[in-house]
Amino acid sequence: MSSRVLIAMSGGVDSSVAAALLVQQGYDAIGVTMKLFCYGDEVPDRPCCSLDSIADAASVANKIGIPHYVLNLEDKFSEAVIQNFVSEYSLGRTPIPCVRCNSFTKFRDLLQHADELECEYIATGHYAITEDGALYRGRDSEKDQTYFLWGIDRSVVSRMLTPVGGLTKAETRDIARDLGLVTADKQESVEICFVPNDDYVTVLEQHLPSDAPALSPGPIVNTHGEIVGEHDGYARYTIGQRRGLPGGYSEPMYVVAIEPEGHKIVMGTAEDLFGHRVVLDELNWLSDPLETSDACHVQVRYRATPVPARVSETQDAGPDSLVLDLAQPVRAIAPGQSGALYGERGKLLGGGVIR
Amino acid sequence: MPAPIYLDNAATTPVRPEVREAIAPFLGDTGFGNPSSAHSFGRTARAAVEDARQQVATALAATPEQVVFTSGGTEADNLAVLGGALAARSRGAPFHVAVSAIEHKAVIDAAKEVQAMGGRSTMLPVDENGVIEADSVQRALAADATVVSAMWVNNETGVMQDVTGLAPLCTNAGALFHTDAVQAVGKVPCTLDMVPGACMSISGHKIGALKGSGALIVPDDELVHPLLHGGGQQRSVRPGTENVIGIVALGKAVELAVQELESTANHVAALRSQLERGLQEALPHAEVIGVAGPRAPHIAYISFAGVESTTLLMHLDLAGICCSSGSACNTGVVTASHVTNAMGVPNYAAISAVRISFSKYNTKEEVNRVIELLPPLVEKLTQA
Repeated sequence: MSSRVLIAMSGGVDSSVAAALLVQQGYDAIGVTMKLFCYGDEVPDRPCCSLDSIADAASVANKIGIPHYVLNLEDKFSEAVIQNFVSEYSLGRTPIPCVRCNSFTKFRDLLQHADELECEYIATGHYAITEDGALYRGRDSEKDQTYFLWGIDRSVVSRMLTPVGGLTKAETRDIARDLGLVTADKQESVEICFVPNDDYVTVLEQHLPSDAPALSPGPIVNTHGEIVGEHDGYARYTIGQRRGLPGGYSEPMYVVAIEPEGHKIVMGTAEDLFGHRVVLDELNWLSDPLETSDACHVQVRYRATPVPARVSETQDAGPDSLVLDLAQPVRAIAPGQSGALYGERGKLLGGGVIR
Repeated sequence: MPAPIYLDNAATTPVRPEVREAIAPFLGDTGFGNPSSAHSFGRTARAAVEDARQQVATALAATPEQVVFTSGGTEADNLAVLGGALAARSRGAPFHVAVSAIEHKAVIDAAKEVQAMGGRSTMLPVDENGVIEADSVQRALAADATVVSAMWVNNETGVMQDVTGLAPLCTNAGALFHTDAVQAVGKVPCTLDMVPGACMSISGHKIGALKGSGALIVPDDELVHPLLHGGGQQRSVRPGTENVIGIVALGKAVELAVQELESTANHVAALRSQLERGLQEALPHAEVIGVAGPRAPHIAYISFAGVESTTLLMHLDLAGICCSSGSACNTGVVTASHVTNAMGVPNYAAISAVRISFSKYNTKEEVNRVIELLPPLVEKLTQA
């Protein structure tokens, strides 16, 4: 009997093709779409007819001849991802909900369903390659998604299938077109799934009290601590941002730090934005842990170029944390973003949340 | 794996062999005519439509003129509720409908439409057994409701309303009583003489006919205002070229359903009690929703606290057992249905309720397999 695999189908082209490839490869595939949040007031009581993504996933599953179900993970997603998203912004940080979704929702909560269904494997449409229990960057460097995968349990990797990881996006679309999948030419979703129109502030406003410090006025200070202006809530700002700062300086000014204690935003020059060190918390390893003065590459933003780094000799950051010395200064290292660690051949070694 | 077991007969049913046979001539070279045509092809089709109308009328103790064919239960419900309200408005009576909180969405949304059109819609509450509180009907009538709708058998729980009591109450107050009898036909006695003056919705595909055919029994044309306008067929109450195949199927299926009522009801009642007993023996915490009914005999609505119904249904499907939760269109969202909400069923029970519904074609062996397969699944998923 062929191996049973649970494939997470979002209704996008990548997971559609992933599912189709699994079928071609002879797996006994079961498609599921995770319903992660309420889709809003505009679709009050007929979601099955309005939720295009679920309908698209169902249509693809039908076409390739596998069963398809909708799994409700709303409560768990809200707890693990949305609430953390809000609290991170309240702490003046810039979270990546996709990392937590992978770590908790997809490769923990969904995995539990896979176990209940006696599935040997769990598959997704991620651009990442799994090989011998390790994760490597996807072949399409433009689309590589390993940056979001550093937080999953190491033991899960050997049960992960990523059928499109070895393809380019163009190849994925070609396969979808050849198979006549409805999702073949569907536009890429680039925004965070529960943040419509990329307007994260609206999400914060919905979840935080109206007088929350993160959304209330506070001082803008320069790097000497002098007040130079006022902002309308530090959660509206991101490290490296220029918009919303007072003008009239001889060189461009940026947000270089957010200090929630005094509700402060610190403004500085391009030079002030560079960091030589990264401290990672909530450390997770997908390989054997690095040791002092071991070398790796660290990537501090999605699609940023990874830079060479070494595990610092001064590990004063506490347990589950790691201090890295960077071989070259890196611009706009934002607390809350991820530091993903890479080794040879783009092997994902692990990562942590930037302090 | 053995062939899947179909236990979702409240959603739809397989087309009966007798029905297939009855419609075969109309899929052929001579039965395709338009019933309104004056030539021989038309006459053949017309005869078939009128024979079917007679079959439906006879089975439901109505006259053929009282049978208005529709595209199904949804259209029949809309024609009664919205059409009934529009008829009231055009004769100068209040534009006010009262519908029970556990009605099918076709009724509830038709009532909302009345409201959207400037009328009034009153929701009639139900008690914890899912039965409409008679007082609330009295109050609605006192507040000049001109259409009252209460379903004969609820599609989710199987719970029955006291339609024989409600019909005269409404009719005597000058209101139109409508009952959605889609789940009642062939399962419980249901004929127009039991609810004199009422409009009754029926649907073909719930009794072994085809999807896309149904009828509204309309005691008098004046009671409903048409929702569709066109070529004058069916005295313009419901114009449009008749769906001959669907109508022939409906006629045959209604005739058979009513002829076989007693044996079907006994058969499915036995299967249901076997199922409910078997499941409750294995899973003492399994609760039957609406058990204090009264219930029609073909629906079991059982909650397994601690397991979301969507998850359980997925596992059952993969194990070859096909049933459903709530009404089929709610699939994908684990929210309590409007029916269980109206009954005040606690949320934990409502979101874990599975509907198993029988037809005359189900067997004891099939029920045994459910009793064998379902409890271990529930136990596994509860521990998770």
